[in-house]
Amino acid sequence: MRPEGLETGLRRWWLAGAEPRLSAHDLGLIVCFVGLLLAGAWFAEAFFTERNMSNLMRQVVANGLISLGMLLVILTGGIDLSVGSVVALGGVLFAGIADQLGIGAALAIAITCGAVAGLVNGVIIARFKLQSFIVTLATMGIARGCVYLYTEIPISPSHPGFRDLGATLVGVVPLSMIVMLICYALVWFYLNRTPAGRATVAIGGNEEAVRLAGVDVQRTVVVAYMLSGALSALSGAILVSRLGIAQPSLGIAYELDAIAACVIGGAALGGGAGSVGGTLFGVLTLGLINNLLNLVGVKSFYQDIVKGAVIILAVLLVATKREKR
Amino acid sequence: MRGISKRFGGTQALRSVDLTAEGGEVHAIVGENGAGKSTLSRILTGAVRCDAGEIRLGGELQAIANPLRGRQLGIRMVHQHANLVGNLSVTENVLLGCMPTRRFGWWIDWGAAHRRVQQILQRIGFEGIDVRRRVARLTAAQRQVVEIAKAVAVKPRILIMDEPSAVLAHEDLAKLFALIRRLREENVLIFYISHRLDELYAIADRVTVLKDGALVGTVDPRRTQRDELIRLMVGRALQDIFPRREPKPGRELLSLHGLSRAGSFKKVSLAVAEGEIVGLYGLVGSGRTEVARCIFGADRSAMGEMRMLGRALRPRSPRDALRAGIAMLTEDRIGDGLILGLSIRDNVSLASFPAMSRWGMLDRRRQGALVQAKVRELDVRPPDIERLVRVLSGGNQQKVVLAKWLLTRARVLLLDEPTRGVDIAAKKEIYATIAILASRGMGILLISSELPEVLGMCDRTLVMREGRLVGEFARQEASEEKILACAAGGVEASHAA
Repeated sequence: MRPEGLETGLRRWWLAGAEPRLSAHDLGLIVCFVGLLLAGAWFAEAFFTERNMSNLMRQVVANGLISLGMLLVILTGGIDLSVGSVVALGGVLFAGIADQLGIGAALAIAITCGAVAGLVNGVIIARFKLQSFIVTLATMGIARGCVYLYTEIPISPSHPGFRDLGATLVGVVPLSMIVMLICYALVWFYLNRTPAGRATVAIGGNEEAVRLAGVDVQRTVVVAYMLSGALSALSGAILVSRLGIAQPSLGIAYELDAIAACVIGGAALGGGAGSVGGTLFGVLTLGLINNLLNLVGVKSFYQDIVKGAVIILAVLLVATKREKR
Repeated sequence: MRGISKRFGGTQALRSVDLTAEGGEVHAIVGENGAGKSTLSRILTGAVRCDAGEIRLGGELQAIANPLRGRQLGIRMVHQHANLVGNLSVTENVLLGCMPTRRFGWWIDWGAAHRRVQQILQRIGFEGIDVRRRVARLTAAQRQVVEIAKAVAVKPRILIMDEPSAVLAHEDLAKLFALIRRLREENVLIFYISHRLDELYAIADRVTVLKDGALVGTVDPRRTQRDELIRLMVGRALQDIFPRREPKPGRELLSLHGLSRAGSFKKVSLAVAEGEIVGLYGLVGSGRTEVARCIFGADRSAMGEMRMLGRALRPRSPRDALRAGIAMLTEDRIGDGLILGLSIRDNVSLASFPAMSRWGMLDRRRQGALVQAKVRELDVRPPDIERLVRVLSGGNQQKVVLAKWLLTRARVLLLDEPTRGVDIAAKKEIYATIAILASRGMGILLISSELPEVLGMCDRTLVMREGRLVGEFARQEASEEKILACAAGGVEASHAA
């Protein structure tokens, strides 16, 4: 092959595939993100400090992990409303067992329990072809009930390593952030480089076509819910480790932020569209909004209003992108 | 219409098209896929706006800005893929937006509504449909009838029919033509879009040919030979769209023995050998598709026996059938064949992931090579495997589905209406591919409602009627009349199996 100039090389990269690498929606998201950063620098003196940056990163990890699992489920055309309860389940189990069995074992057990909760969701939904909205609404209640069954009072373990997972810093970057980014990389690899992952995306696009292609649709869907459960439980463990205490009321309404992050990142609730990168951006954007409004001292109900407006804006951008086709 | 132009992104869909048509005329519009037929009709109905040009109705300049305006002007359209609400009754679909009401419009007058739709169905000659039934439970042909009823519920001034006959069986087609002739007498202008030349010769007064978005010409079908018309459409002469073959059937691959499924078919026995193309013909609803779905494991059969290469076959899912070496191209490529939002690469490899992955990970390079090879072999255009399937034309989409099944290295290929809604050039390529596959020893079961296709391609043709096999014709003894008579049940075929 003859060498090509930088310009043609760039253009080829840009136009690889049927459409440009970045759509109007992606650009909108980037503009929005950069705009928020600039606004932060302008309005809040404390924004670009090392302390705040570490804080910001630590804050987005919880929603980041839940959103990643949510993305997998949304891609299959489903929704997982039970994530908030599974966060609590993972959190209280991690805190409750840490003193007896140590951090590693507690973490493994918490994640396993989260995966089992996802397994239950997935099997009921895929095997009996029920609507994920209803099923996970039910398991949301069941999981929360189990959490209170386990403990009615907050748990704060005395194990010395308990706070490591949520509080350790590697330079400015929190350990939890690194864990989260590894999870993102793994899920990206799963979705883009494995048969099961490609099938996950395809199922949301046209489930019947995938079934007729001889792919085990049920298993693929179940795996998506299991990953969602496991990631939520991990999120819960990191969260209680950061806070130093595990409340049984942890994680209430967390599913909303996760869905919002996916949607802002370009995921379609009908399934078949959405990306790991987009979701990461969605998570960071939501986190930035929270962080900024906190720094400026805006009351929390204003934050809710702003967040709602951003979600609608993002959906509008996605909708205009589709119309152009 | 004068100088109509329309651009979609990078493609010029219509290039300054002029068209004149009169009331009381059946004006056919023909052309290959992507010639601009659909775009032209969508501009006329107001679904999209033209970039340049003007439309005059009865001498008056009209800007048809939106579908509502189109309806007000009396322009109605019968869509190719029925545009209906599955969960509503036939009545509601036909009268959508204009249900009869009583008490100042507060309550729907259901009795009157049902009666009115019944009358409409009677008037257009299709009374056999229960108007209370939900549309989702109708067959494709019945849905098409509902779509037609919807368009003519109020007498239109201009009626556009986009491939109305694609899913209709022979007798329904006759009824449709009777309706069109009646409307013509009532001075309605009918635009009839179709791929089937027979129909144009049967019904059209004038034929306008489009090619690549430009007008080729308007001709009188009574004075234009079929070959001439095809040449105008394709831009070159097509001697014979069916490839020459020398069938050498080998050993038996697939056989059914008294296969039955409650409510769809009974005691079906047939066999497909290596290198053989077996046709399965029947009217819509005769159970052809259901038999194929059973073989493929998409539905489970109740009784009977299937054998593949001598071994008993009991597919519980398409997965089992694929493992046994059977693949099936379904009739509805949009509904259950493709994932429109994904690339050619993903769509083609979907059924063959195990062959291109190691330890649960995709070998992207191997995947690319396998997919690229099939894409080249079938001449999918453009040959760019990262392209989304959504942007391909119908013929190329069908090739992608075919590529998917070929990649599975199946020994038996079930083809359910493989050329539906595909233009003549792509049809020819698909026929050639089928012939090559057979010559390599693949056994093919070809389900089709197009008689020329069955006659041109198949070594043997089996005929189904009302869920039973009622006839078998070898290539030499098959003719349109014989097969049709057998399928419609007019004459008991002497060759009945």
